[in-house]
Amino acid sequence: MKRETGRVTWVLRDHRGRFGTIVLAVAVLCALAAPVISTGDPAAQRDVVATRFLPPLSTDLHGVVHPLGTDRFGRDVWTRLVYGARISLGVGTLAVLVSVAIGVVVGAIAGFSGGLVRPVLLALTDFALALPRVVLLLLLAALWRPSAALVVVVLGLTGWMSIARLVQGEVRSLAARPFVEGAAALGLRRARILARHVLPNALTPVIVAAALGIGNAIMLEAGLSFLGLGVQPPVPSWGNMIASGRDTLLNAPWVATAPGVALVLVVMACTLVGDALQDALQPANRGQTPR
Amino acid sequence: MLAALARRLAAGLAVVAGVATLTFFLLRLAPGDPVERLLGPAATAEQLAAQRQALGLDQSLPAQYAAWLARMARGEWGRSIASGRPVRAVLAEAWPATAALVGLSLLLSYLLGIAVGAVQAARGGTRLDTALSVSTVTLFALPGYWLGLMLVLLFTYRLRALPSFGAHGYDGDALAGLARLRDLLRHVALPLATLTLVGIGGTARFVRGAMLDARAAPFVTTALAKGLAAPRVWLHHVLRNALVPVVTLLGLSLPALFSGAVFVEAVFAWPGVGRILVEAVQARDYPVVMAATTVSAFLVVVGNLLADLLLAWVDPRIHYRSRET
Repeated sequence: MKRETGRVTWVLRDHRGRFGTIVLAVAVLCALAAPVISTGDPAAQRDVVATRFLPPLSTDLHGVVHPLGTDRFGRDVWTRLVYGARISLGVGTLAVLVSVAIGVVVGAIAGFSGGLVRPVLLALTDFALALPRVVLLLLLAALWRPSAALVVVVLGLTGWMSIARLVQGEVRSLAARPFVEGAAALGLRRARILARHVLPNALTPVIVAAALGIGNAIMLEAGLSFLGLGVQPPVPSWGNMIASGRDTLLNAPWVATAPGVALVLVVMACTLVGDALQDALQPANRGQTPR
Repeated sequence: MLAALARRLAAGLAVVAGVATLTFFLLRLAPGDPVERLLGPAATAEQLAAQRQALGLDQSLPAQYAAWLARMARGEWGRSIASGRPVRAVLAEAWPATAALVGLSLLLSYLLGIAVGAVQAARGGTRLDTALSVSTVTLFALPGYWLGLMLVLLFTYRLRALPSFGAHGYDGDALAGLARLRDLLRHVALPLATLTLVGIGGTARFVRGAMLDARAAPFVTTALAKGLAAPRVWLHHVLRNALVPVVTLLGLSLPALFSGAVFVEAVFAWPGVGRILVEAVQARDYPVVMAATTVSAFLVVVGNLLADLLLAWVDPRIHYRSRET
């Protein structure tokens, strides 16, 4: 495990990993400190007519500065952006945790059991992988009452397949190694061998997949909210902010631009951290991912 | 080859059938009543019951499923609950628009993505490689619906150069020949650019990795050692072998590309399956949702089959393998 931590600090020495980590750290800090660094209420509307559509860096009648301007209800875009970060980062992370949990369980069972279990689980995974994900997301998200919790469940349920495949492959190759045979010869139960000896060694590629998956989940959450099927206004999410900015694109382009830029930066950071982790944890492939 | 193809076809049909069945039960299990939406809040209980009976929604779930299977088998897809139009007609209009948009952007993003990735691999480690990597990771992180809005902001609102919605202008039907084609091209430009730009990012990143993998293979060292010109080695040895995983990715990326099309169609009001699906899901229009999901799954499965055939063409070893089995 110590060796692994050493490799993780290697990520910080890689310039992609450093950039990505800094962006993510800033985003997480802004989300956590949202009440302190903003006006405090993302849904606050004072005097709609006097304060709406103020361009970035302007000061309104009440003397409040709006670093990113205001939207059509006079709400502060910066405040909504940092509160929206809570939704985007939270939903993205939780959704990936759900996917990883399902994927690891399915992959471990498929990789470690013989008989019919493996082909059945693999066929199920392949089937789920062939489903158009957004079609399923649309169905699930539109049919039940939209909420952040539903988006987490839906994204988690539709994102576990690639992780299951990765874990299955790793577990299968590890199961054939001598130390597993040794553990079995010592009389350990198979479930214990899987949990204590095989799985910990199979999780390396899962870390990389999870980093990439968070970026993807954040993008999909924003997409669902953009279509009106995710987080519902007035609760701010980057997706529903872009949707509301879409209607005022001509006279207030900053409303849609700001959350989009934030989204791109965070997704890019996840990808870069994933690339750097890949190189750090699987040195054989070092240099293969784009720098 | 034929046996392998038949197996793939059977697996593909199983996916389509599975998608349709899953959609059927998800729709029926979800809250929300299409009849209430159809008749509005003023409808009496009797009217609701009568309409439900007319649509067959009063029967048990298994009975509805059996009836639906039988109708699907006969090719009767029913009528849209919302508009009353035959579902077949609605989808017959929509699927070519989606297939054209997705197909064209797939072609463009692969050609451009392979070119960019190949240049990066050949110039690995240089400033050009770094600059292109920064660009591709940015494109890869762009959500299509937001990039689409930004392109509208630039090309429609600022430059007033391109239309931002639909597949043709108000006078589209009155135009003929070249004028009509020009109108269509102007309308497809922004949605196509959006999907293509996003696609280039992912493809170029993957191609760069695949080419560096192939570059490290012993046969490339051999080719260089026996004195072949470097460009020839890159083209015939490295790129050729890197294409195998790239074509595999092509099949795998189709569902993602279709997903992207759903968002982009929503932004640009492109009259395709994605837009119809979004609207029908929101209106609980069961027959249209069922058919649109089935058609989209079918398009993805057909695309995957085409990618498989392409793979056998790119990698001759696959022929031999399937002939032996």
